[in-house]
Amino acid sequence: MKGLSLFLGCLVPNRYPGIELATKLCLATLDIDCSDLPGASCCPAPGVFRSFDKTSWLALASRNIVLSEEMERDVLTICNGCFSTLADANHIIQDDEKAKEEVNIHLQKIGRKIKGNIDVRHIIEYLYQEFGPEKISSFVQRPLDIRIAVHYGCHLIKPTKERGLGSSERPVFFDELITALGATSVDYPDKMACCGAGGGMRSAMKEKSLKMTEAKLAKIQEADVDCIVNSCPFCHMQLDSGQDEIKELSGTEFEIPVLHYTQLLGLALGFPAEMLGIDIGIEKNRKLMELLDSRVKP
Amino acid sequence: MDKIPREDIDIKKQLKEVSTNALRCMQCGVCSSSCPSGRHTNLNIRKLVKNAGTNSDILKSEELWMCTTCYNCQERCPRRINIVDTVLEIRSISAHQGIILPEHRLVCQMLLKYGHAVPINDKYKIKRVEIGLEELPETVHKYTDSLNEVKELLTSCGFERFAENNTNEKQTTEITE
Repeated sequence: MKGLSLFLGCLVPNRYPGIELATKLCLATLDIDCSDLPGASCCPAPGVFRSFDKTSWLALASRNIVLSEEMERDVLTICNGCFSTLADANHIIQDDEKAKEEVNIHLQKIGRKIKGNIDVRHIIEYLYQEFGPEKISSFVQRPLDIRIAVHYGCHLIKPTKERGLGSSERPVFFDELITALGATSVDYPDKMACCGAGGGMRSAMKEKSLKMTEAKLAKIQEADVDCIVNSCPFCHMQLDSGQDEIKELSGTEFEIPVLHYTQLLGLALGFPAEMLGIDIGIEKNRKLMELLDSRVKP
Repeated sequence: MDKIPREDIDIKKQLKEVSTNALRCMQCGVCSSSCPSGRHTNLNIRKLVKNAGTNSDILKSEELWMCTTCYNCQERCPRRINIVDTVLEIRSISAHQGIILPEHRLVCQMLLKYGHAVPINDKYKIKRVEIGLEELPETVHKYTDSLNEVKELLTSCGFERFAENNTNEKQTTEITE
């Protein structure tokens, strides 16, 4: 198996560093060969930058891929947006010789060249395909007896022709990685619905984007879960900070804890919440930690 | 709405080219009924697909930017039309005309300056250290040479045009109103 390099993106290191730390702790515990990827930039974000200019989007994505090619490692992403950009760009480079040549003209100016000889992975599909739920559960130190609303996010699986992870209508692989930790993945209406942040909506039309988030959160609340678990820091931000923003806009309160899968996995592997950046200063997360402590399985 | 002021014929040609695939649309409405944005905003993706190659007003329509690119419509389209990909192409024609929302222009400025759409700030530098990480992550934030590479690459692609406040700013203002 080829080693990996960890692509951080923007939101994880710059807004949710706990996810970065949780990822590193989980990778080390599972003995996955993964290095830092020094000098990487924004992926760049698929919704906005690809919308503006495909050439710049592809060139910058290619530079990030080249950094990992030079280390002879596959890229590991922990964000659906980064996965969308880097996997799509990688497919273009591998399938379209003309596009690859054009990109290399730009890359030549910074002394680099893309080959198209590595893969781009997302931590959820990597853990599912390379480990599988059964092997993951063999690492569990602290089974998590809680009810979870899984949020896949759009770009982990769609467009399906690019991702190759099966149908996007009722996927189960992420749910299986949740139940592998002892938790219950609770079904809820509109489970596959978008968080509302993508495509530049959160940046330019925040109130409109939050209407989508509010609809999704309302369905999750009705399902009576202990927390939401996602695989994308952009969805994470929309579902987490979005709760505060919705409260300010419409007065609706949710108070549903939000965790990235690496943070949930970290808890199950036995790491304390503070080492996983599950900020116990956030009231909703503190309550979740109390609940977990009261439900430790023998 | 006013006509697009310059290179109008060329724009129509471009729109037609990127929308050829959408001509197969039979207006069944599966796209609209699958659209999470359409439930809460003015986005009517079926109408947008119908007008894609024929009406250049689409370039100035606010709805063009209400798609979250979730791909539901594209996945479910019985005619296998690349709806989201077409939306992205039309957005690009719009942005190349200088029609870009102010917030999106700001995101472009961030990328040019910091190499990140969401750069680090002091609050999160402290937070990183508090949980036991280094103050700066292993990204362009830590390596000046790498940031310079990113800037050089973006310049090579002519990306600055999307960050500049140009003469078309009036159009942008109209869009946001």
